[in-house]
Amino acid sequence: MAIMIGVLYAAGIYMILRRSMVKLIIGLTFLGNGANLLIFLLGRITKGKPPIIPSDASLLSDVYADPVPQALILTAIVISFGLQAFAIILVKKAYEVVKTDDMDQMNNTDRDDHEG
Amino acid sequence: MKDNLIILPVLFQLFSAVVLLFMWNSTPRQKITSVLLSLVSLAISAYIFANVYQTGIISTQAGSWKAPFGITFVADLFSSTMVLISSVAGLAVSVFSTATIGKNRLRFGYFPVLHFLIMGLNGAFLTGDIFNLYVWFEIIIIASFVLITIGGEKDQLEGAMKYVTMNLLASSIFLTAIAMLYGLTGSLNMADLSLRVAEVQNRGLVNVTAMLFFVGFGIKSAIFPLYFWLPASYHTPPFAVSAIFGGLLTKVGVYAMLRIFTLVFEMDAFLSNLILVIAILTMLTGGLGALIQNNIRRMLAYLIICHIGFMIAGLGMSTTLSFSGALYYLIHDIVVKTNIFLVAGLIFAICGTENLKMAGGLYASHPKLSLLMAIPLFSLAGIPPLSGFWPKLTLIKASFVQEDYVVFTFILLASFVTLFVLARLWAEVFWKKREHISNDDFFCFNDYLPKEKAAMVFPVIFLAAISLFLGLGAEFINNIAWQIASELSDPSKYIDIVLGN
Repeated sequence: MAIMIGVLYAAGIYMILRRSMVKLIIGLTFLGNGANLLIFLLGRITKGKPPIIPSDASLLSDVYADPVPQALILTAIVISFGLQAFAIILVKKAYEVVKTDDMDQMNNTDRDDHEG
Repeated sequence: MKDNLIILPVLFQLFSAVVLLFMWNSTPRQKITSVLLSLVSLAISAYIFANVYQTGIISTQAGSWKAPFGITFVADLFSSTMVLISSVAGLAVSVFSTATIGKNRLRFGYFPVLHFLIMGLNGAFLTGDIFNLYVWFEIIIIASFVLITIGGEKDQLEGAMKYVTMNLLASSIFLTAIAMLYGLTGSLNMADLSLRVAEVQNRGLVNVTAMLFFVGFGIKSAIFPLYFWLPASYHTPPFAVSAIFGGLLTKVGVYAMLRIFTLVFEMDAFLSNLILVIAILTMLTGGLGALIQNNIRRMLAYLIICHIGFMIAGLGMSTTLSFSGALYYLIHDIVVKTNIFLVAGLIFAICGTENLKMAGGLYASHPKLSLLMAIPLFSLAGIPPLSGFWPKLTLIKASFVQEDYVVFTFILLASFVTLFVLARLWAEVFWKKREHISNDDFFCFNDYLPKEKAAMVFPVIFLAAISLFLGLGAEFINNIAWQIASELSDPSKYIDIVLGN
């Protein structure tokens, strides 16, 4: 799991550093998923021990899985889904308007003679 | 001390946005409603500020789950001041938008998104839970994405690509930091974290987490090596949008930094030195970048970066005095930066250009307006007795007390650069004779309806009056800043109230 997260982060950063806009989005998605899995891992995964109190007890006596990381990941997934959907549409629109997929061509707004 | 009222600024903005959504097809009605609702929300935040000022920190637990298990909302003086100032800026921008935002943008829900943005800001200021802070940040950025792209011009989309990428990256880093913090402590409540982080044995990992937070917030607040998205994108959307971005969005990053690095993490020598070095570099690059720009808004964007450096320097020196300087600066900067972008909008409306070389002769044609515009310009430069002067004085004093002469030198240098940049702006736009007259079909300021003119000038007057108050009423503001700073440097009261002992 730790290795997979590492691979996701590395691949994400590699993709962000590419010049293509599509790869940029894929990279950001990888990074987001890597972060989600990281929460999962650092929240101490416990297998097969749901945090449910049996009806004849009032406390959990055994080791149990922490439900909080799952709630966090669920929230983070929903958020990143929305943001990625927006980013993909933005890339599509930017491609239509600027007519290039190459980030190096997108430097018009940085030029000094640029009229805003 | 439990008071559910404090989530009202958030809920009311949500309500405003929803009401505005129902008026999707009627843009004139949206304008009036947005201004009225912004007025009400200003009243609400003023009420909460007064309450907190008199009675101290108020906190509430969502769903009555006891802290640290539930989501906490806390209004201490810092949060409530920020909420109040953001309502002020929100009102001004809302009024300014009614005249300057074109129909093609209004028809795609400009006003609802503006209110969603302010809702996110208020939420971020009021929350006491670090994951909740992340969620509010996401609300802020998605709303700002829409605002920066709405209209869909070529420049906007190009600027937005950089803006969106850097913000998504910052969110991922922030989320990673939260994951590590949760792994280390098993808690998300900031007050609880404050106690638990101090007990963690693995200091190396704590420092790594602190750095991740610093980078995540640093991208959002545009500090030295991470600032380049800001001047690439802030001059592309309409002026009203630039104003709310320039005034508030970077400052949320500064707010979060001030909060996290006083409450959760302790400043050690390494962190403090690192922040100071970055602050100096931020001031320097921002100031020097502003020197060579010819586009007014790009110049102001670099000045934003330069002035973020002041606040970070205040954080880096980490004494109560330097915090109070940074806080005063933060309050002043939100008002003045918002105002100065609105002023840039006015200049554009009058001269028809944003280029310093092309503009000119404003003082000859509009002397009264020019004097009005001089107020935010001079406050930004820090000419006494206007509002920029006092926080700089406090920061300089703080660096003297600490015998940190390098910081002292650079604060002075950056102030001079700012003064020079603004003097250049003044000379080029106001005093220089106009040589290039733009083509006649340009929609000139005098062609606006009187009602629209009023809507453009009123917010500038309003914000200028507030910055005059911030400057002339320095003792009151300084007291508030000092009180906030003492709360920040000794968070035990905050922790006690949130955890309910």
